[in-house]
This record gives sequence, C-alpha cells and structure tokens, in this order.
Amino acid sequence: MNRKMLQYVISWVLKMEGILMLLPALTGAVYREKEGLAYLLCGLCCVAAGFLLSRKKPENMELYPKDGYVAVALGWVVLSLFGCLPFMMTGEIPFFVDALFEIVSGFTTTGSSILTDVEALSHASLFWRSFSHWIGGMGVLVFILAVLPMKGGSVMNLMKAESPGPSVSKFVPRVRGTAKILYQIYIVMTLVLIACLLLSGMSLFESLTLSFGTAGTGGFSLLNSGCGTYTETQQWILTVGMILFGVNFNFYYLLLCKRFKAAVLSHEVRVYFLVILAAIGAICVDIRGVYDSMAETVRHAAFQVGSIITTTGYSTTDFNLWPEFSKTILLLLMFLGACAGSTGGGIKVSRVLILLKTVKKELMSIVHPRSVRQIQFDKRPVEHEVLRSINVFLTVYMTIFAASLLLVSMDEFSLETNFSAVAATFNNIGPGMGKVGPMGNFSVYSPLSKLVLTFDMLAGRLELFPMLILFSPSTWKKRG
Amino acid sequence: MQIIIVGCGKVGTALAAQLSQEDNNVTVIDKDGEVIRNITALYDVLGVVGNGASYNTLQEADIEHADLLIAVSRSDELNLLCCVMARQAAKCHTIARVRNSAYRKEQEFIRRELGLSMIINPEFAAAQEIARLLRFPTAIEIDSFSKGRVEMLRFKVPSSSGLVGKQLKDVASTHAELLICVAEKNGQVVIPDGNYRIDAGDSLSILVTPKKAAEFFRRIGVKTNQVHSAMIVGGGEITYYLTSILLHMGIKVTIIEKNRQRCEELSNLLQDATIICGDGSDQDLLREEHIDRMEAFVACTDMDEENIILSLYAKDKVSSKVVTKINHLSFNDVIHSLNLDSLIYPKFITAENILQYVRAMKNSIGSNVETLYKLMDDRVEALEFIIHEDCPLQRIKLENMRTKNNTLVACINRKGKIIIPGGQDYFQQGDSVIVVTTHTGLENIDDILDEP
Repeated sequence: MNRKMLQYVISWVLKMEGILMLLPALTGAVYREKEGLAYLLCGLCCVAAGFLLSRKKPENMELYPKDGYVAVALGWVVLSLFGCLPFMMTGEIPFFVDALFEIVSGFTTTGSSILTDVEALSHASLFWRSFSHWIGGMGVLVFILAVLPMKGGSVMNLMKAESPGPSVSKFVPRVRGTAKILYQIYIVMTLVLIACLLLSGMSLFESLTLSFGTAGTGGFSLLNSGCGTYTETQQWILTVGMILFGVNFNFYYLLLCKRFKAAVLSHEVRVYFLVILAAIGAICVDIRGVYDSMAETVRHAAFQVGSIITTTGYSTTDFNLWPEFSKTILLLLMFLGACAGSTGGGIKVSRVLILLKTVKKELMSIVHPRSVRQIQFDKRPVEHEVLRSINVFLTVYMTIFAASLLLVSMDEFSLETNFSAVAATFNNIGPGMGKVGPMGNFSVYSPLSKLVLTFDMLAGRLELFPMLILFSPSTWKKRG
Repeated sequence: MQIIIVGCGKVGTALAAQLSQEDNNVTVIDKDGEVIRNITALYDVLGVVGNGASYNTLQEADIEHADLLIAVSRSDELNLLCCVMARQAAKCHTIARVRNSAYRKEQEFIRRELGLSMIINPEFAAAQEIARLLRFPTAIEIDSFSKGRVEMLRFKVPSSSGLVGKQLKDVASTHAELLICVAEKNGQVVIPDGNYRIDAGDSLSILVTPKKAAEFFRRIGVKTNQVHSAMIVGGGEITYYLTSILLHMGIKVTIIEKNRQRCEELSNLLQDATIICGDGSDQDLLREEHIDRMEAFVACTDMDEENIILSLYAKDKVSSKVVTKINHLSFNDVIHSLNLDSLIYPKFITAENILQYVRAMKNSIGSNVETLYKLMDDRVEALEFIIHEDCPLQRIKLENMRTKNNTLVACINRKGKIIIPGGQDYFQQGDSVIVVTTHTGLENIDDILDEP
C-alpha cells in the first residue's frame, strides 16, 4: 500500500475541510455569535494539520485499487472526526459520540439527529450541519479530483470508491473533467433551488440551509417541527427539488448535450419516476380522510414519498400516525433509494432493476435449461463483473444490516423502532418510525448503538466496500 | 486535445498511456470488452466497445469534438475505413497504421486521396531505424532534434578510447562543439557535471550536429565507418524493407529464412541480396555463411527469445554492430543486463512517431513541447521547446538561472545556428532549446527553474 500517497490525499481532505469551515464562521460573524470563533479556530486547525501532513509531495503518486478504497474510507473518517470538533468546542453537543453521530449524519447526507431541541443551536452550527450535507452529497474526494491533478489509474480508483451505483460512467475521457461537470451541475441546480425558495418569501438563511439539505438529499431541518410550518408553495418547491436531486446526474448531462432521446430512454430514471407516482397514488388513497382537503393529502403524500425515496428525510407531517399500509410503502422505499449517480442513498433503482432482470433470467433457465440470455440495461449488455458485484453487494448489505440490528436491539426498544433506525441510517435517510420517527430523534440510544449506527451511515454512503476494506486487518498488515 | 484511438493492441495501449499522461482527453475503441475494461482501469481514458469504422461507435466516442483519430487496429483496411469515416463525420486529423507492403508504394497516393494526415508503417519505420544504426554503428541509439539539425547519440566508451580517465570539464575544453548530456555508469543514470570522470564501459549520450559527430569519434579513437556487410536472420516485413534500404546504401546483405516460399518471394523482390533458406538458430549454418566475417548482425525473427540468444552468440563474432528486435518482452532490466548492443522495439517506434506528430499538432494549439524523447528506459527525458514572445526567461544569462537539479540546457538552435550553451548564453524569441532532465512532466520552458 502506498502510505505516503494516502497521507497526501488525507492532507488535501483536511485543507479542504478547513476552508469550508470558514463559511459557518462567517455566518457566526454575521449573526454576531461567539460560536463563529470556534469554527474559525477549527478551520485553521484543519488547514494547519493538512499542511503538516503534506510537507512532502510523494514521489510515487500511484494509487492501486485497494489504496483507492482505503483513501476514500479514511478520508471520510478523518473528515468526520475533524468535522465534529466545533460542536464539542461550542459546547452545543458536548459528548464525542453524539457530536460524531451528528456530523457523520451530516456528511453522509443521512439527517438523523441526536438533538432534542434543534432550535437552540446557534446559526453557525445550523449552517455547518446543513452545509455538511451539501459537501457530502457529491463527495469530498470527487471535489478534490476536480481541483487536484493526479495520475492515470489512481483517479479512477478514487472515483470508483466514492461514487454511488453499480458502475461508474464517465461523461468525458478524463476523470477530472467528469468531476468538474458533476460539480457544475450540482452547483447550478443548488443555486436555482435557493433562488426559488427566496422568491417564495423564505429568509436567506433558511433558503440556504434548506437548499443544502435538499441538494445533498440530507434532511437536517431547522425547526423541531420539521418542514410542517412552511407554506404550501415552499413545500412543493422542496418536494420537486428533492426528487430532482435523486435523479442520475447522467440524465442532466445528456440534457445539457441536447441528447434528449437518450435521456428520456434512460430505464432507471423512468422507473424512478414511475415508482414515485405509484407510491404517491397508493398513499393518497390510503390516507384519504386524515387531512381536510384533497390538495393537502396529495401535498403531504408527495412530500413524504419524495423525501423518503431520495433518502432526504425532511417531513411535513408525522407519518408515524399514518395507516400501516402507507408506513410500509415508505419503509420499502427506504430500501429502494434513489438513482445511481445521484446524491441519494439506498440500494439504488438500477441495482434493483438489474437484480430483477437476473431473477427473470434464472427463472427462464429453469424452464428452458439450455437457454442463453444476455442481460441488458439501457440497450447495453451488463457485464458479468457488474452482476457479480451487485449480488455480493446485496449479500454484504443484508449481513451488515442483520448485525447492526442485533447490536442495536440490545437497547430494548420495539422491533419497529430498531428496524427502522438501522434502515434509516444505513440508507442515509434520516427519520425512521416509532421512537425515531419524524418527530422523535436518536438521542434515546446508548453510545454503543450510536457508534454502530454511525458506522452504518458511513458504510451506506460509501456503498459498503470501502469501510469493510478499511476495517479489515489484512489492509494494515505490512505485507500481504 | 480530444484524441480517439481505434484498436488497443500493443501500439494502441502504449499510445493511450502516453497521450493521457500528457494531458489529452483520450477515448479508446476496441471490439473486445475485456481489453477495454483493462485499459480503462489502468489509465485515465474513456473506453467504447464497438467497431471503430461504424458511424454509431464513432459518434459514441464523440467524434464531432475530436481533434485527432489514430487507427491502429490489426487490419489495414479497417484502419483506412475508420479514417475515412472520421473525415466524413468531423473535420479531424487522422493517422492510420498500414503495414501491408502491397500498399507501401502507393502510401503517399492513399494518404493524399483519402485525406489522411499521416500513414505509418511500423515495419518500415523500424527498418529505417535499424538502417540508421548500421550507417553509424558506434551509436547504440540515435534521436534527432530540430528536424535533424542536431542528433543525440548514445555510445559506450571503449577501453581504448582517449576519453577514459578524463574529467568532463577537460573534454569540454577540447571539444567545444558538443555536449555530453547524459551518462550511465554501472546502471546509474546521471546528468553529469564538470567533475564527472569517464571510465571505460560508461555509456554517454552526446548532443552534436551530424557533421561534427564523425570527427569527434575519430578524435577519441572510436571507429565510425558505415558497415559493409550485414546478416539478417528472419525474413519478415522488416527484413524486406531493411534489405531494400541497405542494398541502396551499398551494403551486402545475407538473409536467413526458414520458410522456402517466403525465401522465393524475397528473392523475387530483392534480386541483389543473398537469400539462404535454413534455420537461423543453427550454429553450423551461421558459420557456413561466415558470420565471423560479417560487420553487422540483425536478429529479426518473430521470437524475442530467439533474437536475444542469436544476438548473444553473434556479439563476439561480428565486428561492429548487433541489432536485436524485441516485440513483446517487457523485462527491460533483464534485457539490459545482457549487454546486447542495440535494441529495436517496433511498437515503441510506431508510438514514438505518432506521438511526435501529436506533440507538433498540440504545439500549434498552445503547449510548448516540440519534441520529446524518453531515454534510458524512461529515466531521462530530452525535450525541445520553442521560445515564444511572452517567455519570461528571455535574455537572462544561463549562469544566472537557478535550474532544477539534474536538468541541463543542452543546446540552443538560433535560426539554424547550433549553439552549445555556456554560462554567458541566453534565450531569445524564436530559439528552439533542448533540455535534458531526469524530471518528468515538464510542459513549459519555465518548468526548468528550481521552485523558490
């Protein structure tokens, strides 16, 4: 393993984080809060640590596949460890495990909180929480790739490890160019969302933080009541925003290149919208009568469905009080997740689609043992490697899920609470059901469970393998 | 620059690696998905699986925005078709590899009529390279700069030479017209300074004009005459081209080839050569054909291993030059430790020729490297820069410039006049400057400065 190069990548993560921390510091200065100073101090610490680590540029800039995974996983762990410092320093979240849980929940765009009273936080901390969603949404290392020149296969190994989805597709030949295009689309879409919210009459601070949460499909809200108190227009803007950020960014690139036909033909995006419409329809029928008007019913159903399928986790109403059928639909959507190549989490629509096609093929080969059938996705054959990696992904996914559920259940909450808590963190959604529902929070869990859930969030965001490789002993042996 | 490479064989892969490293946007096309997967995992390039001559595939590779298409697939006709399609789809430059000797004579006609920028025949290029070595047998390697006005020659210092035991500064005072810019002693490559002591067996690279080279070698006591007779084992395409060139130069050629039919073909084509049908790896046959009276020996069979063994055998027999062709083997360290004379890698010659075209093309778009050679297993680079109007280093004396370690300004070409620079010399607009360095990735002439 190329340890010097790992150190170099980590140093850049730290420098970047230090610079980004200046924004909450600025917010603190605007609102004249002393918490802003903590951010300034932590930011400087990060930059200093970064420079200390990168005194020497490594001679061998090569990152092998394993190094790519380790660099990404380690990068995220370091990012979280330094990111939680300001919370502890300001005294708003004094305990380390709590602070770590909160910031990991931010960076992984989960949005689960251990805070019982969000409104008591300073503006600087509220800003940092939401901003961490935005940073984590597209990926820290992708951003570093966009600005830092690196060599050949190395960059591909980093990109592969951080991007969500079964396979990475490059828009343009160079990884660097692809990373730039991704961030350009991301930034423009976020700006449009901020502008829309401002026009609808929201304050600047709220527009910024809510947009960051929506763009990264995170879901930290500013009020204890979630998004329930915003106007109808604002709720609709957020609904559309969430759903659009859950679409594969490939789709937007195709639109930009004016290749509309190819964009519309994207199987994944079509199924994604179909599932959303079907879920909204089913829930509307199920919860009719709970709200006063039809318009309100549709609005709440659409908001909740959009929030859960994109793994954002905002809420306008307490869906814990909905009938069981609707709750089950939401729970299933948690697992499905958004499109590959978006900022959302979960198993991803394309993985599920390919799995279903595999099942169909296997059924076929039972009936016609000699049949030959190549699985296609978007009119292209799916390579055997991809199929295998999806199967392995699902197996590992279930294993980690079961292990986490077992560990968390030691706290003796109901199965609904535990199951949904693990699902909500592992899929980077945010609120679960029962005690951890939209109006509840994760503060009830023991420190051990919080750590397990923290691991789940990171594993879920990085799609399992980087975290597993980081924590497997053979990675850190000198030889092997 | 946007570059599309069709065909990912040996040459295609070498090109993709080098071009992507030189900051080009490279898309590779091959019909084998496995090959594409390997290459995209190794290098920062985009892969497209498909037939490179199909319009759909080319569109997928974004031919509309491509500046250059390089067709190096296995089939000549496919390569030409690719280029024609690309020309029709977009007005990009095209380079095709065409190796069939049937097209050799009409190469220029094909190039012009189909609107290609360049046709490269790897076998012919390799033959040219070998012929150059036989014309100047002292040199192990010859690279030319400034359109042939300056050459970089690498040679091994024989124990009989007057150079042995001298320090570089003494040599510089007696031979002002040349510069020793790279030295290899016991496997260590250095850019030597004045205190470097020359020993027998060192291999030195000198930068010199072709005219002065012969004189220098005569003065230091090294034989420089062109060879008069050569034996070539293996009767492939390279042998055919090489023999035609050598016969033209008045060198007597003996070819040994196993296959009788091929022998007859060759004899039809090359009336003046002696063609022997027999096994080149048979010692008796080689002796019978008087290998010990030959001045040069070229091992050109299809088997790398056989070529190496034959060359090792011939090394002590022939008087001045042994050339070994290597196709696949990539164990450079091992091959070098065998102390063979000159090595020829056809795949690198092809790639190098194409790269030079690309660099020149890129130069017109903004980058500054005119020519780039990788020497001594890529451990040293020799680059040629053009000094543009806005270059900040103009009119600064070299002795006042703080350059990086192991970086040497080796030559200044001012309007055709070759200057071997000393401390008093400086750059001015329009100069082309040759820099020799062990650093990689220099893009601009300013990059030679030591960062503050």
